[in-house]
Amino acid sequence: MRSKINRFFLLFLFLNFASVASAQSSGGGSNYLLTAMAAIAVFIILGAVIMVSDNLLKIEARQSGADKSGTNYSIFPKFSEMFGSSAPDYVDGPVTFLKKGHDILLQGEAAKSTNDGAGVTTFAVQPPNFTGMSPIPKVVVEVGNEVKAGDPIFFDKKRPEIQYVAPVSGEVIAINRGAKRSIAEVVILADKEMKYRSHDVPNLADCSREDLVNFLMSSGAWSFIRQRPYNMVADPIDAPRNIFVSTFDSAPLAPDLNYIVDGNEAAFQKGLEVLGKFAPVHLGLNAKGSEAPNHAFTQVEGVTKNWFHGKHPAGNVGIQIHHTAPITSSSKVWVAGVQDVITIGKLFTEGKFDASRMVAITGAEVETPQYVKTYLGASIEGLVKGNLKTVEEGKSIRFVSGDVLSGKQTSTESYLGYYDDQITVLEEGDEYEMFGWLLPIAPRPTISGTFPNALYPDLKFQANTNTHGEERAFVVTGQYESVLPMDIYPQHLMKAIITNDFERMEGLGLLELAEEDVALCEFACTSKQPLQSILKQGLDAMRDQ
Amino acid sequence: MGLLNFLKKIEPDKKSSPFMHTLFDGFFTFAYSPDTVTKGGVHIKDGMDLKRLMVHVVLVLQLCYVFGSLNIGHQHFAALGMYPDFLDAFHLKITYGLIQLIPIFVVAHLVGLGIEFWYAAKKGHAIEEGFLVSGALIPLIMPPDVPLVWLVLAVAFAVIIGKEAFGGTGMNIFNVALLSRAFIFFAYPTEMAGDTMMSGKEVWVSGLEFDAAQLAEGVKQQVSYYHWWSHGVFDSIFETFGWRTFGEGGLPVVDSFTGATPLGLAKTGGWAAVAEVYTPTQMWWGGLPGSIGETCKPFILVGAAALVAMKVASWRVMVGMILGCALTGMLMNGFTAGYEDPSLAYLQIPWFYHFYMGSFFFAMAFMATDPVTAASTNRGKWIYGFFIGAVGLIIRVMNPAYPEGWMLAILFMNVFAPLIDHYVLESNMTKRLKRA
Repeated sequence: MRSKINRFFLLFLFLNFASVASAQSSGGGSNYLLTAMAAIAVFIILGAVIMVSDNLLKIEARQSGADKSGTNYSIFPKFSEMFGSSAPDYVDGPVTFLKKGHDILLQGEAAKSTNDGAGVTTFAVQPPNFTGMSPIPKVVVEVGNEVKAGDPIFFDKKRPEIQYVAPVSGEVIAINRGAKRSIAEVVILADKEMKYRSHDVPNLADCSREDLVNFLMSSGAWSFIRQRPYNMVADPIDAPRNIFVSTFDSAPLAPDLNYIVDGNEAAFQKGLEVLGKFAPVHLGLNAKGSEAPNHAFTQVEGVTKNWFHGKHPAGNVGIQIHHTAPITSSSKVWVAGVQDVITIGKLFTEGKFDASRMVAITGAEVETPQYVKTYLGASIEGLVKGNLKTVEEGKSIRFVSGDVLSGKQTSTESYLGYYDDQITVLEEGDEYEMFGWLLPIAPRPTISGTFPNALYPDLKFQANTNTHGEERAFVVTGQYESVLPMDIYPQHLMKAIITNDFERMEGLGLLELAEEDVALCEFACTSKQPLQSILKQGLDAMRDQ
Repeated sequence: MGLLNFLKKIEPDKKSSPFMHTLFDGFFTFAYSPDTVTKGGVHIKDGMDLKRLMVHVVLVLQLCYVFGSLNIGHQHFAALGMYPDFLDAFHLKITYGLIQLIPIFVVAHLVGLGIEFWYAAKKGHAIEEGFLVSGALIPLIMPPDVPLVWLVLAVAFAVIIGKEAFGGTGMNIFNVALLSRAFIFFAYPTEMAGDTMMSGKEVWVSGLEFDAAQLAEGVKQQVSYYHWWSHGVFDSIFETFGWRTFGEGGLPVVDSFTGATPLGLAKTGGWAAVAEVYTPTQMWWGGLPGSIGETCKPFILVGAAALVAMKVASWRVMVGMILGCALTGMLMNGFTAGYEDPSLAYLQIPWFYHFYMGSFFFAMAFMATDPVTAASTNRGKWIYGFFIGAVGLIIRVMNPAYPEGWMLAILFMNVFAPLIDHYVLESNMTKRLKRA
């Protein structure tokens, strides 16, 4: 209110000034200024009246609950309504249009065909996949033990009630250790015929929250529920404000979740019902493209559906949370992946821990990119066996568990990450390139307009892992903002992390971000700064506080 | 690959000869982009790096360089009353311009890059590319006849005090190129103000001096001069083709020549005085005295459009600056409308003519958009650009000491950019905290 009074006072002052000026002017002089001022004053007063009534209208709509569906009750059209592309026909709710972002198009997208995954014989669960877990968790099995799918294999000593279980049945053949005797992976040689540990499933309708939590923790399904901030396995004591599930992945070469969910509609619905016992569930749906998402997503009941239209990272759950109900320092939200929800659902519909996963084998170095039906933590070697192009002399390739932006580098001896449903195989770029910085010799993915290939937005690239330049101080500004559709200033946040300024970190929205959200900024960075590791450093420091 | 192997073989040892290693590294990464691969973050990276960014700014400046060279020659001959058509005697004008421009370019780079290399070796890090753009900009904002000693001092001052003292590329507070010009501006105020009565040297129009013989008799007459080792050599080449030559020099400056810039005229008599000497078309195309690269508006705008299209420079700063300048101009027009006082003549110049005079567009496209010294938030860039436009025009019109305002306005707003960002970030933080 005070600011409004100030504004009118200023206007009044201005008008006075104008009339004095015009009075001083010689008789023959015109009254341009006074006329102009009067016109502006009328304009401002009229504008103020309209704005106030518009705001009253909106407040009324909110209070009466009429705008729940997201309909625009303002007399002004929203910006997106005026300029944005209109939502496709299949959309049945309000759409959030995200202008910022960038789709990196790469060669080697997975075709919609599924391999039975017979080549994969070993599986592993890797403790380092879980953010914040102590480096040496308590392993309750020994090499040589027979386990059933769903049998506990280790737990974190800090939170012993949360069990991490075997994804498959078989024999524990190795417990590999990494640096400082930390547990790197627990490897299981899978049985031909899967044996499941039988569960006594609580009745969802009348079980208490405590019983449900205990069941999920002891069955191993709790590990699929992660909390934001920090992207770590959720704390069972917390009451989350919301639970978010993104039903599309916009990362480069990401698996098509519409294809993956096919045939698992009931389990997906059941899984969401389980999550719905803790907090309201929000489902992020893709409003981009001519085809509607799978009916498993659109027909699902008991959840709030939020539609998003935009380039990567629109599919990141962090972006969707930001545009639905932002994380604050006092609230936590939980997130889960689609395949994780299906596993939770199957625990209730079939009474067994079925960690089967559809994994997309992608990348330019894969002979036939397609999906493999296997289990969680499958061995990379088994997944890509016989499906790689021959590597040229003097060149090498890189295996990535996940997508090329936020995935982890891995090798054929290693295993798929716990939350990953994709492998990307790409060429290493360890070669010098003459005048590589000046001449665009080969087309390469970029957000800048200095490459000729910027004129062909549909071009698919065969990218390699070269850094295309050396690390420099932050020089360019506004670049990160242009690919991060959030109300966040990434560069200033990064500087706050580097200078260890906690208050600023929190204020600038560190808690709303996960590493995958800034991955595209890191890709685009002209100064080649390692943003994901800086962010991780900030999140770790904040969590320790 | 032969060259690569050779280069790898001659690589100096980093410990025993750090300067040579830094030098080698600078040139090696210039010839070959490195073979480093991504590690622990994203697996693929954008093809853009700082070298490429900088070189694209340099590329779009080339139009200004071509026009600037030609214009140096044109102004020289115009002062002598020769070849009034802009493209007349093209070979003489461009040769004259290049003889004048190339030493400026070379000296600016030798001094600037030399200091950069030395600091890089001392700090033991790779050479950063910041000076590529500064070095390309400095010649364009210098008067065509700037003595090379001034230039050496100015560039050294700008690079050492303006940049290295703050920690190198990406850390500087002031725009390096503008700082070098500000140095010359304040160190040699009489010459820079166009006062030729001391030495006869006219920095804004090249190749004029007092005739020694007449000076002995107490007559101050500016005449042209040429050097045998530069102009003379070209003369002998032109003679073999039967083209026109520079000649011996010593030609007197024509009486109508004043060397006055539109801004100088505007200060004395408003738009009427400007219109007597220059037409708007002439000012738009830039065939008039001024800094080397700032005069031709169309070429600068082509460069600015290219920078925006390639997403190298921020359009927010540019648009903000145009708005700031236009609005201030309108206010000046508005407040003085109807008065007949000649002292208000400058304020009464129609606001859109301010874009024709001086170096508004050059400052907008290449100086204000420097990402390091500009505001770094998108909202801040609007404010930053707007105030450069407003403050610059106020300095230009209302300040009796300085003919042009953009240099000072940009340096002034460079200081305020962190403050603008601070408030933009504060509002973002407050908004977030309120949500909690």
